[in-house]
Amino acid sequence: MQIPIEYYLVLSAALFVIGVVGVLIRRNAIIIFMCIELMLNSANLTLITFSSYLGNAIGQLFVFFVMAVAAAEAAVGLAIIIALFRNKLTVNIDEINIFKW
Amino acid sequence: MTLEVFLFVIFSAVCLASSLLMVTRRNPVMSALFLVVNFASLAGLYLTLNAQFIAVAQVIVYAGAIMVFFLFVIMLIHPEHEKRFLEYKPMLRIFAVVIAGLIFVQIAYIIFFSKPSEGVSRELAQSIKAGTVEEIGRQLFVNYVLPFEAVGYLLLSASIGALVLAKKKFK
Repeated sequence: MQIPIEYYLVLSAALFVIGVVGVLIRRNAIIIFMCIELMLNSANLTLITFSSYLGNAIGQLFVFFVMAVAAAEAAVGLAIIIALFRNKLTVNIDEINIFKW
Repeated sequence: MTLEVFLFVIFSAVCLASSLLMVTRRNPVMSALFLVVNFASLAGLYLTLNAQFIAVAQVIVYAGAIMVFFLFVIMLIHPEHEKRFLEYKPMLRIFAVVIAGLIFVQIAYIIFFSKPSEGVSRELAQSIKAGTVEEIGRQLFVNYVLPFEAVGYLLLSASIGALVLAKKKFK
């Protein structure tokens, strides 16, 4: 094979770290949510890389389930963001501190 | 340089660039559009890994359904632009970037140090066979029927939960 497996793994790690940085530095709840999707996708890339290099379909099956769970998570999370926006009129997470006293 | 290496370089460059742009854009709509580009290039990477079914599902589910959902929510609540990178708590943000960079160096060191390529011997025929719809469907409906049904119930309950959460509360 042409490409060593390490390159795919390092690419996936880089995507994950970019997602982590996005979660840490952004203040908009929707963009934080998109960064979480990015991190989920980097984990998917690792699973598919190993699945392909080992010739085993179970990894791709797992990615299928991860996609379904990500869709459910996006639906519920965005509904929570809409409910928050309706109550607080903002999606800036510094102003959403209803659990702080 | 063969076609495989060429495609890997192109797709991974697009992937990294679009994810960086997504994190740094101040307009949420631009972030969402760059995330669509990122998902599409990830689908291309899945194709270079012979995972055809997952590549198509990635485009349909992520780049199609989920991102349209995100764009709808952005349209509905119209969030304000954020401050620039260093205008708000600059030390905290620089600290976050430095820590994340250190973690990346650590992971990359572990990956190259442990040499996973010695343990795997990629056979092309087997790899192509693993990614087909036929093989994934066989695994899904023979060995993994219960998780498949459970995922169906999860999606149903998630859609009901989203409806209940986002519904307007009448007094």
